[in-house]
Amino acid sequence: MAKKNLVVVGNGMVGHKFLQKSIEIGATQDWNLITFCEEPRLAYDRVNLSGYFSGQSAADLSLVEPGFYDQHGVKVYLGDKATKIDRAAKKVISAQGAEVEFDRLVIATGSYPFVPPIAGKDTEGTFVYRTIEDLEAMSAYAEQAKVGVVVGGGLLGLECANALKNMGLTTHVVEFAPRLMPLQVDELGGNILKDQIQALGVTVHTSKSTTEIVSVDGRVQKMVFADGSELFTDMIVFSAGIRPRDEIAKECGLTVGDRGGIVINEQCQTSDPHVYAIGECALHEGKIYGLVAPGYTMATIAAEQICGDGNNTFGGADMSTKLKLMGVDVASFGDAFGQTPGAKVVGITDSIKGTYKKLVVDATGKHLLGGMLVGDASTYGNLLQISQNQIVLPPNPEDLILPAKSGASTSLGVDSFPDSAQICSCNNVTKGDICAAIQADNITDIGTLKKCTTAGTGCGGCVPLVTDLLKLEMKKAGLEVKNNLCEHFDHSRQELYSLVRLEKIMTFTDLLAKHGKGQGCEICKPAIGSILASAWNEQILNPAHVTLQDTNDAFLANIQKDGTYSVIPRIPGGEVTPVALIALGEVARDFGLYTKITGGQRIDLLGARVDQLPAIWQRLIAAGFESGHAYGKALRTVKSCVGSTWCRFGVQDSTTLAIVVEERYRGLRAPHKLKSAVSGCTRECAEAQSKDFGIIATEQGWNLYVCGNGGMKPQHAQLLASDLDQETLIKYIDRFLMFYIQTANRLERTATWLNKLEGGMDYLKAVVIDDCLGIADRLEAEMAHQVATYQCEWQNTLADPQKLARFNHFVNSPEPDPSLLRVEERGQARPPYAHEREVLMAIQNR
Amino acid sequence: MVSASVESQTVNQWITVCQLEQILLNSGVCALVVDKQIAVFRTAAGIYAIDNYDPFSKAYVLSRGLVGDRNGIPKVASPIYKQNFNLQTGECFDDPTVQLSVYPVRVADGQVQVGIA
Ligand SMILES: Cc1cc2nc3c(=O)[nH]c(=O)nc-3n(C[C@H](O)[C@H](O)[C@H](O)COP(=O)(O)OP(=O)(O)OC[C@H]3O[C@@H](n4cnc5c(N)ncnc54)[C@H](O)[C@@H]3O)c2cc1C
Ligand code: HEM
Ligand code: SF4
Ligand code: SF4
Repeated sequence: MAKKNLVVVGNGMVGHKFLQKSIEIGATQDWNLITFCEEPRLAYDRVNLSGYFSGQSAADLSLVEPGFYDQHGVKVYLGDKATKIDRAAKKVISAQGAEVEFDRLVIATGSYPFVPPIAGKDTEGTFVYRTIEDLEAMSAYAEQAKVGVVVGGGLLGLECANALKNMGLTTHVVEFAPRLMPLQVDELGGNILKDQIQALGVTVHTSKSTTEIVSVDGRVQKMVFADGSELFTDMIVFSAGIRPRDEIAKECGLTVGDRGGIVINEQCQTSDPHVYAIGECALHEGKIYGLVAPGYTMATIAAEQICGDGNNTFGGADMSTKLKLMGVDVASFGDAFGQTPGAKVVGITDSIKGTYKKLVVDATGKHLLGGMLVGDASTYGNLLQISQNQIVLPPNPEDLILPAKSGASTSLGVDSFPDSAQICSCNNVTKGDICAAIQADNITDIGTLKKCTTAGTGCGGCVPLVTDLLKLEMKKAGLEVKNNLCEHFDHSRQELYSLVRLEKIMTFTDLLAKHGKGQGCEICKPAIGSILASAWNEQILNPAHVTLQDTNDAFLANIQKDGTYSVIPRIPGGEVTPVALIALGEVARDFGLYTKITGGQRIDLLGARVDQLPAIWQRLIAAGFESGHAYGKALRTVKSCVGSTWCRFGVQDSTTLAIVVEERYRGLRAPHKLKSAVSGCTRECAEAQSKDFGIIATEQGWNLYVCGNGGMKPQHAQLLASDLDQETLIKYIDRFLMFYIQTANRLERTATWLNKLEGGMDYLKAVVIDDCLGIADRLEAEMAHQVATYQCEWQNTLADPQKLARFNHFVNSPEPDPSLLRVEERGQARPPYAHEREVLMAIQNR
Repeated sequence: MVSASVESQTVNQWITVCQLEQILLNSGVCALVVDKQIAVFRTAAGIYAIDNYDPFSKAYVLSRGLVGDRNGIPKVASPIYKQNFNLQTGECFDDPTVQLSVYPVRVADGQVQVGIA
């Protein structure tokens, strides 16, 4: 039997979901899948569109795995818009002239941004926010703009304002209604939200109706409002709502709503039973759903209707939302405005913290109907579940939104949810699905779990719940993640650290005798070497410790691919005198070292032979340098900007603070390397938010960010405390670092450590700021010991002939390693590549 | 004290490379024996000699690796990419197709000596 044609018009989020679902249930057996994709690229994650501005590429945003459509034989008309549906001939006709017959047709054309009919709305410098092309146009234009205005203060408008602000524009939001997010929050919530948004540096104008956009030289100059006021701006982005793209349906006579939208029944069929409509273009019982989750539900139902058993139908969807804006939490769910007859409301406002929380409870007081959270939406996931699953409320429902007092807060956690609870609403994954996956595949990490179940891969709002579920299931299965260091120790790094401290163990040999077995290995030796150094700060090249050290630590330099080493002296805060710089240059020249600036604001001299290291350091120390610990799992660099000393924007002296911080923590050994930076103002030129601990100057003092890193999996640091004076700042860093050193696993950077820390950032704040464990004094004393016992490792080594004796290639000859070769490139010496090496050897042997 | 797998090699001459104390317990040194770079290790269980050449990084560095044991078998980990080598046999634990040479070695009168044919 010949296959029938199933044509999908629109390859957006929902159109793609439809194809994916159809393929999943085996549609390719009976159907040819064909899709028209108007945009120049296949479906991408519009929900995370703003990610494009923070560095995600179009490829990162793509929802279609490369080759996926090919593999399943889906025919794609890329960059081709369907212009006409001929229902009599059952054909779709496209802009580029394709004519495709269909047996079933699915319309998934989404919506377009509504631009109010204001005079001057098409002036150069006006934009909408819907596609990657829109964003490209905006960011190109923003380069020569200083001020930007967003028209519309809804969910999308605020997200867009954040993007403008991040592009460095002075940003305004103009809202017609008397408050922001009028559809989601009430007046009280709206006020708090306005304060929060303004605190982010965005100016909010409510109750403003724009009457005209005035241009100069054809470009936007200012906006004029109904009340006579004006606002000068360089660009305007309209985010005043969406309208369904129903034109193609209207023209072929399908029923559309009075205010737009293709009318569908609960099977997602339009007025023509062979034609379906799904996503934002569809109108179900008078409602358009402008969110992705209901669209996905429709996609699944339509796929099942057309290619599967068709048991499920669409019965409306929840419009719960959570704003993804960094820094401001807003969420609303269910009957947030208390419109259900008999509904009662409990609300808590904290205008100091800037939070507003409201719960709507049914007449019996037993069930949660909806709610609204502004300023702190951390309980959103839980509350949504409680309301959707009709979980019986505790006697005092307000306990659910009261600030958690240590240990005393009432929480109805994931454990109380039924298996049918929908945890991930973007992808419709239930608690039952997640638990089943964890059990079936013995999953123990969140990454795998997300991949297997797709939970948490949409807007990401449910990730905390998914993580809780994973932990819970693992606990239930009695799965204590085994955390032994290696075959020689049945203990985790954290346990060994405690044993070393409690039993005052000073050497590896002692620890092995008391708590280990065998001879040790390259895993446990450096880890314990590091613990001993963190605890007692004895010199790592002392006879008791030297054989524990990896070659980098053992020779106080970084080994390179040919067995030579690099030398990186400390340049605190990146500040260096011309005289010191000249001395460095002379050393490099005299020893023939390849010289390069590192990413950490210091200078790397590469290609030093092991036998040359002492002589090199003799010269460097004479010139006033000290070891930079680039070789150690230790504090590396504290980068800085020039700060208030030179910079016209600087509000504090970031360079001096960076030097103070670097000199305080230099040499501090830790489970992994530590990096830091200090910026002199909020422009953040030193990139402090990518560091293990980063400091940013404010008018009042310093903001401390912790647990960031770059590298393979970049993660931004999070704010630990604001506006600190220097003394408090140092105290908090002392506590933070020592707490990390004491509790992290081997080779676990601070970011990963925080991700695994139970209680996360709130717990870390409680430990560091509120001293909830009562260990702050001890942590500070331990750090004080480190600071007091610091010695330059190279200075110490040069003074000790026994330590120096190891710095030879041969034990029985003063000769250097004869295998080392060099070639010249751009005026410097570097090791030869393999093919060059062969040539050089041939010449040598002639 | 000669390791098992090299017993069959005939030794015509023992070359002294250093005093035993020059090799810290659980570490290695590199000796230049005629024209060869040989890594000599000292552990509580004995003294071992293998190639200093690391076939993975193609650098002469094994004497600078960390010494330890795997299930009681003495081993060294390359300081460059961390492959483990059996000190008794020269075999690579991570890739059994890679085999280093082992050399006769002994301690006589507190002197470490490598044997050559
Ligand atoms: C910046 C932004 C942030 C958002 N954030 C959230 C959020 O946090 N949570 C949430 O739930 N939702 C969010 N949304 C809404 C969400 O993106 C939409 O609900 C979802 O994309 C709707 O999917 P769709 O497939 O119906 O429409 P679309 O994704 O718009 O796809 C429709 C596609 O069809 C194409 N098309 C239209 N007509 C034709 C034609 N005649 N021929 C061929 N192709 C055609 C269009 O070019 C488009 O590519 C956000 C939207 C934006 C713009
Ligand atoms: C496991 C992962 C990593 C490895 C194996 C690694 C390896 C190295 C090595 C060997 C050096 C020393 C170079 C030398 O000898 O001169 C170095 C230096 C450096 N690395 Fe990495 N690196 C890793 C991750 C990172 C990450 C995540 C970043 C930052 C985003 C980073 C940034 C730097 C910088 C800035 C320097 C110079 C440091 C200095 O000035 O002391 N590295 N890295
Ligand atoms: S962070 Fe601020 S003070 Fe420092 S250089 Fe940049 S703009 Fe200047
Ligand atoms: S990025 Fe890779 S190649 Fe470059 S220094 Fe780091 S580890 Fe080496």
